[in-house]
Amino acid sequence: MMAAPCLPRAAAPLVAFAQLLRQSEFPISSEQVIDFLKAVALLGPRSMDHLFDAARATFGPSPDRGEEFALLFRRHFYGEVDGPDDGVKGAKAQRAEADDAVGQRARDVRREKGGTLSSAAEVLSARQWDGDCDDRGALSRFRRLLGRSLPARASFRMVSARAQGQLDLRRSLRTLVRTDGDVPCPRLRRRKPVQRNLLVLIDISGSMKLHTADYLNVAHAIVRGADRAEVFTLGTRLTRITAALRPANPARAFERVSDCVEDWDGGTRIGSSLGALVAFPRFAAFARGAAILILSDALERGSHEEMERAIRQLSRRAFRLSLATPLAADPQFQPETAALRGILPVLDDLIDGSSISSLTRFILALGTPGAVARDKGKREQCDR
Amino acid sequence: MRQEAAPDEGVAARATSPESIAAELASVSYLADQSLATVIFLALRLGKPVLLEGAPGVGKTEAAKAIARILGRDLVRLQCYEGIDAAQALYEWNYQRQLLAIRQAGERDVDIYDDRFLIARPLLKVLNAPQDSVLVVDEIDRADHEFEALLLEFLSDFQISIPERGTLCAASRPVVVLTSNRTRDLAEALRRRCVYHYIDYPDAAREAAIIMLQAGDVAEATARAVARAVRDIRARPLAKPPGIAEAIEWANAATVLEKGGSPWPEAFRRAIGMLVKDEEDLAALRPELGDIVEAALS
Repeated sequence: MMAAPCLPRAAAPLVAFAQLLRQSEFPISSEQVIDFLKAVALLGPRSMDHLFDAARATFGPSPDRGEEFALLFRRHFYGEVDGPDDGVKGAKAQRAEADDAVGQRARDVRREKGGTLSSAAEVLSARQWDGDCDDRGALSRFRRLLGRSLPARASFRMVSARAQGQLDLRRSLRTLVRTDGDVPCPRLRRRKPVQRNLLVLIDISGSMKLHTADYLNVAHAIVRGADRAEVFTLGTRLTRITAALRPANPARAFERVSDCVEDWDGGTRIGSSLGALVAFPRFAAFARGAAILILSDALERGSHEEMERAIRQLSRRAFRLSLATPLAADPQFQPETAALRGILPVLDDLIDGSSISSLTRFILALGTPGAVARDKGKREQCDR
Repeated sequence: MRQEAAPDEGVAARATSPESIAAELASVSYLADQSLATVIFLALRLGKPVLLEGAPGVGKTEAAKAIARILGRDLVRLQCYEGIDAAQALYEWNYQRQLLAIRQAGERDVDIYDDRFLIARPLLKVLNAPQDSVLVVDEIDRADHEFEALLLEFLSDFQISIPERGTLCAASRPVVVLTSNRTRDLAEALRRRCVYHYIDYPDAAREAAIIMLQAGDVAEATARAVARAVRDIRARPLAKPPGIAEAIEWANAATVLEKGGSPWPEAFRRAIGMLVKDEEDLAALRPELGDIVEAALS
């Protein structure tokens, strides 16, 4: 640090705070540090609140990390001893409590006997993978194909077209001006296609234990290959793992996922987890016009009304709502459980989710209506 | 030589302290909490854009309007949407007039990249008259990533490059407010260039004060009850939590009904359509609404 000796001594803790933030992976530019110092000077500062307001305004931590930011601030300026890690856990625990509040109603009326594997008890556990997967080659092929084959919608943005478009008056007239009134050929334009959002929801409850690793591999390929994709895990709570899946190296990605998810192989509260997704405006907006793929056996312990309600809400937003269940691999499979029967009318597809190959085949066909979407239950219901 | 937009002395002189900003905002009927006032103060003094994020209906655009009112300037609003591009945000050439001019000029020389043929869109408008306007880039999260990149040049140096004309630079730093509903994450580069504030729903006391200030003739007790009930309702998992504007409408509607002869709890219940505007939310709330209103009125 060349400039440090020139700064007044009182500024040293402020600069050190910016460095502390950088160590905690907050993206802070030097320009922001300068602004922070200027802001502190402008405000006086007459109180610690001023210092905190100045830091928040100039460093602009995203609200998701707001609590972590406040904790780092307290630790740095007030010398509080609890580390940021404890603090983040604390925040997570609070979120879990909020989730519990959501799930409260469902638990109050829980009387139905569910499957032995599907339990509502919240068991927090950690899990590790080494990222090994037999289908690595198939997955990377899938990832490369994904960009071209996901469903698309017409963007508001126009791009020039050679054929099949409407007249681009602006560019045609420009050519006219350039060529002095001569019209070589009219320019055309059309709406640019954009990939639709892809929302993947992975059930990680105990009853799905055998398939979780496969699903995470597929999700990793999706996050790497698709332009706009979000991945969440559903268990006793809802966890967003898109950011954790970002690294190219699967082993590294899974390590991060296992760090941020706390309810591996626990109970099943799909209803309240999905409810939390819909209640969060940012994620609810992402679901609008998106292709939504739920990887779950839909074995909800207790009342399934909450799950039905959440799935109905999702289906109204979605471009296409699909449920992949490993149970559908069985040729005898019938959507007989009350929960499945309830959501069947709003599902677009009910497909076999027992293997990586069947899943990837389906996802690649999402853009072509009904290509692989042989919705078992629905068709057979119609036959009857 | 690269020009630089100088800080706006007039604005800097008005902003003497966060408290004075809060007082001025209150004088134009906008109640800001201390951190928002601090952020606006810092933005005006540092000459940086303000980025306001928050749930729909917490008063982000209202804050921008209030800033324009206290500075006595016009509000230039750029509403973002998916697919917005340079032609709608920066400038466009008036091709029809260019063509006509070429026709009329005949053999004479005509400069078709003259000011006459330039249609100024919001960003260019503000650049031309930074002393008279406040720019609001509303709901920036609806625009594409490409549009954010387009904004970067404007927000960091307050200049616009027009290939036919060169780079135009603002005479002084304009006041710019960006708002976002957080339907997606904004680029780090954009956040870095702004002074940032996340507006949360106000606490019950401040919301009651806002309702009193904005609604027509709502009694203080009503405003308090509405603020408490709305706070309770927002804590539930709704598809669309009610914003401040809805709370004000609800208070107004309930007051009107009460004057028309409905007793209090009944008036609140009947006016609920002003607050919750989603059928499923209504269905979920209806059984509990009585208790919520009772608790808020007590």
